[in-house]
Amino acid sequence: MDEIDRRIINTLQEGFPICDAPYQQVATQLGLTEQAFIDRLQTLLDNGILTRFGPLYHAELMGGALTLAAVKAPSERFAEITAIINAFPEVAHNYARNHALNMWFVIATETPEQIQQTITAIEQQTGLTVYNMPKINEYFVGLKLEA
Amino acid sequence: MITLDETDLAIMRVTQAGLPLTPQPYRLIAKQLGLTAEEVMKRMAAMQEQGIIRRIGVVPNHYKLGYRFNGMTVWNVPDEIIDELGQKVGQLEFVSHCYQRPRHLPEWPYNLFAMVHGKSQKDVDKQIQQIADLLGDSNQGCDVLYSTKILKKTGFRSRG
Repeated sequence: MDEIDRRIINTLQEGFPICDAPYQQVATQLGLTEQAFIDRLQTLLDNGILTRFGPLYHAELMGGALTLAAVKAPSERFAEITAIINAFPEVAHNYARNHALNMWFVIATETPEQIQQTITAIEQQTGLTVYNMPKINEYFVGLKLEA
Repeated sequence: MITLDETDLAIMRVTQAGLPLTPQPYRLIAKQLGLTAEEVMKRMAAMQEQGIIRRIGVVPNHYKLGYRFNGMTVWNVPDEIIDELGQKVGQLEFVSHCYQRPRHLPEWPYNLFAMVHGKSQKDVDKQIQQIADLLGDSNQGCDVLYSTKILKKTGFRSRG
């Protein structure tokens, strides 16, 4: 990754135009040819520096539902609990964290009702209490990490 | 909730994995769906206007950009002023997500969540201090949870 790649990443975190030849427009702004810009973007995606390029959709506005939830997994059952929770296709991410609530996961479903159903199923299968922490208000969402 | 028609949903389906890396991406999407490029651009611009498309752009893998210290900072602030505080915290340039979430008393008193990202523990410590300074007396308790392992999500596993 060089200085040009960094500028591409920083520029594309701000947005991308909707027009007939958007790569050309951004390439000009970056002082690159259209093809060089596309090639570099492809490389950044191929090597995993970028996980995505394109429209980022707002799940809840599309009718889907999301929540953040946590459990206290006893250390001796940690692997077992991980396997149970990860087996749910509704669980999108799952992270171990350094807290009494030591497992935090995101549940994503097509409808709000399915969130509660998934939580109930996880509680039944693990025997643990699921702490449901759906967002009440969103103040900011955006990645703006300088490359 | 905003209702989308079948054409919007079709555009969403073909772009969910990403935008084609071809000189005229919207024209290609249009061709795939039997629409005109103008129609696709008009609808995507409308979806962006309504917030259904948050933005068109890239999502970097923050670990690969060197941001290895990713903390979920959680704060207990008065509900009456959380909107004002949340907006201020969300505007800090190192905060990527900022939400109000429910407390689970007595063990979880925190209602304001802000994800912070740094290249060193020192960076993150400074960021946390900056949030604490901004909240001032409204900060009635806080904690920072670091991820110690990614249990589900493809790819890297490291401290973050």
